[in-house]
Amino acid sequence: MATSATSTRARVAATLKRRHRSEFLFRAFGLAAIALSLLALATLFIDIVWRARTAFVQTTITLEVFLDESIIDPEGKRDPAELRRSDTQTPIRAALRERFPEVTNQGQRRELYALLSGSAPFLLASRLVREPELIGQRIKVDLLASDDVDMLMKGHISRDLPPEQRQINDRQIGWVDAMVAAGEVRQPFNAGFFTRGDSRDPTTAGVLGAIVGSALTLLVTLALSFPLAIAAAVYLEEFAPDNRWTYLIEININNLAAVPSIVFGLLGLAVFLNFFGLPRSAPLVGGMVLSLMTLPVIIIAARAAIAAVPPSIREAAMGVGASPVQVVFHHVVPLALPGILTGTIIGMARALGETAPLLMIGMVAFIVDTPKGFTDAASVLPVQIFLWADSPERAFVERTAAATLVLLGFLVVMNATAVYLRRRFEVRY
Amino acid sequence: MNATFLFVVIVLLAAMGYWLGRARALAVAGGKGRVLHSLPSQHGALVALWAAVPAVIALLAWTLLVPEGQRAVNPWLRVALVVATAGAGLWLALQRVRARQRARNHVEAVIRLLLLLASAVAILTTVGIVLSLLFESLRFFALVPPHEFLLGLDWAPQTAIRADQIGQSGSFGAVPVFVGTLLIAFIAMAVATPVGLMAAIWMAEYAGERVRATVKPVLEILAGVPTVVYGFFAALTVASIVRRAGESIGLEVASESALAAGLVMGIMILPFVASISDDVIRAVPVSLRHGSMALGATHSETVRRVIVPAALPGIVGGVLLGVSRAIGETMIVVMAAGLSANLTANPFAAVTTVTVQIVGLLTGDQEFDSAKTLSAFALGLVLFFVTLALNVLALQIVRRYREAYD
Repeated sequence: MATSATSTRARVAATLKRRHRSEFLFRAFGLAAIALSLLALATLFIDIVWRARTAFVQTTITLEVFLDESIIDPEGKRDPAELRRSDTQTPIRAALRERFPEVTNQGQRRELYALLSGSAPFLLASRLVREPELIGQRIKVDLLASDDVDMLMKGHISRDLPPEQRQINDRQIGWVDAMVAAGEVRQPFNAGFFTRGDSRDPTTAGVLGAIVGSALTLLVTLALSFPLAIAAAVYLEEFAPDNRWTYLIEININNLAAVPSIVFGLLGLAVFLNFFGLPRSAPLVGGMVLSLMTLPVIIIAARAAIAAVPPSIREAAMGVGASPVQVVFHHVVPLALPGILTGTIIGMARALGETAPLLMIGMVAFIVDTPKGFTDAASVLPVQIFLWADSPERAFVERTAAATLVLLGFLVVMNATAVYLRRRFEVRY
Repeated sequence: MNATFLFVVIVLLAAMGYWLGRARALAVAGGKGRVLHSLPSQHGALVALWAAVPAVIALLAWTLLVPEGQRAVNPWLRVALVVATAGAGLWLALQRVRARQRARNHVEAVIRLLLLLASAVAILTTVGIVLSLLFESLRFFALVPPHEFLLGLDWAPQTAIRADQIGQSGSFGAVPVFVGTLLIAFIAMAVATPVGLMAAIWMAEYAGERVRATVKPVLEILAGVPTVVYGFFAALTVASIVRRAGESIGLEVASESALAAGLVMGIMILPFVASISDDVIRAVPVSLRHGSMALGATHSETVRRVIVPAALPGIVGGVLLGVSRAIGETMIVVMAAGLSANLTANPFAAVTTVTVQIVGLLTGDQEFDSAKTLSAFALGLVLFFVTLALNVLALQIVRRYREAYD
């Protein structure tokens, strides 16, 4: 007896060190896993913020431009439509030649002109539409620099690279430096990023069109999925008999929540576009597809909220003579509403970040104008990010990251609202 | 006279019906509300329903039954039909307002029917998905035999757009696409499963309440990041890190390597696996833990030999759901994986996936009778059924092998 007890104890003692070491290792692995996940999250956010940091300012070049009436508005009618198309490029180029009179060679002049964004004349023209009294005057104008100058100023194009590997040559860098020294190059806040739509030219590309498109799409999603989800959840929780039909509906809802989003896009393409002939790229169709996707999410949340309303509330209402429908709509749904709203906001946040199904229904088209209605061609924020991420120009990288920040900002606000609603109105019975 | 306008007319007539019906019920009651079986508002609602429902049905019937050519003959005929139906319904219902009429029961029956229809949308959606995928896939399989699609080793869907173009007849052997999908999903799960599981074990077993209360929501942020953001991160940052790391040890790495897409997808799925594992680990009863520790096992031995085996069905179910997500994930691979179908298991090579092909095939030209566009639906059909099978399997495993404690 004694010997076996000692031998057991001896065996335990012999292995104890190894066991404690493996305990320590196991724990370290767990901590490492957490650290790795948090590191991934931090890297993701820091990477995006770091890339986006320069997108919120935009390089401009100040030039003294003589707005020659004989070129801009030879007929002197100040007609806005004519002014919008007027030739502002000639005066701007003249101003550049005036600034650098030593440049006489034709090829070098072309390089000089390339310092300014191709959109600069259009922006000046639309300013003249608003302020026609400027025509005929000699004024100082801040003109958008080209994306290459912008990238140079922001340090994204290295001066150390051999000239053939960068889009901007030594002569151009010399001119830019001369203007920087003269204080003619500024970097004001990039308001255009928030007030303009998409553009092929990175200097004038903005997110407003995509934000409006996202808002219209989400409005359709909300209008369709919110009432339908409440109705379905009320039916399943309060009225559905315990039979095969109900079971089938429940299985379907749970399965739809796990169907890949792109399959919903295929459904939208085949049914909404090809079968019903609804317009391509429209927020209406995008919202319909997204509402089919978010319905299961909201239904599941709404069911949980309705189930959390205690039976005593129902019994009390029944006791004073309310009918089952009155019990539900006068008492149960209002009490469950905070929970339902929380689920709805979380579902909307998901819909806002969704990209793949919208590619299927043509919301991937290049759209400059801000959409005005539910059937206009539109893009949405995540699709805009996808399109810009695909663009070859270096200057789109910071804009993609900035658009991502805008998207994440909206998501943070929505989720914070959901958390607030839950905290503020949650009732524990 | 478009349908929207007619719809507004119907709504207006229904509103009028509500008001008239309510007034009528009040008049019938003669000021003594308790002689009425139902509330005046319920009588109003019933009259409104009688005005609206037959009119909407008439409008739908007209749209479906009257052929396109004859509609233009007399546009006012439709207006007359709808208004007459609504008016007749309204008038008839008004005549039937009585003190003992069970207006509430009728109205509530309609409401319950509407609730039932709303919940049936889920079924309609599933049916719509299956039918649209099946229908387009059948058209595809009429052009390309199914065995060639499922077993062929060459994927080059570019078909000639004009008949006089040479070459490019297109071949639709989807095996390289499937292999690419599985390769990326495998890499993703190789990241997500161990890291997610260990993170869950640490959170459930070792972390204090306060640490857990901060770490868990932070991890869930990872699950809320839109996939297009992950795609941007994968294509720009991770891909170049992977390439540089590979080249520094002398490997040839494609710029759109499977490894970069898989790694980032793993990060995306990680919180999902961690969250499910955390739930099932915490569901293991404390008595098992105490029993094991009372026998002298260390904490990690208890976790490895008692808790994880007890929670295994739930963990396996979570991992399978993760695989289903990895296979169906689109944006990360569209942005970070390649378009050309290479049949390889090399994680440093560029491969393509089912979802990348679907996006690539359907975002260019739109010709709905070419094998090229239709093949996207066949891929979608495979994707739908594979993910469905994985989901059902995961739920089955969880349900069948769940140990019933106490």
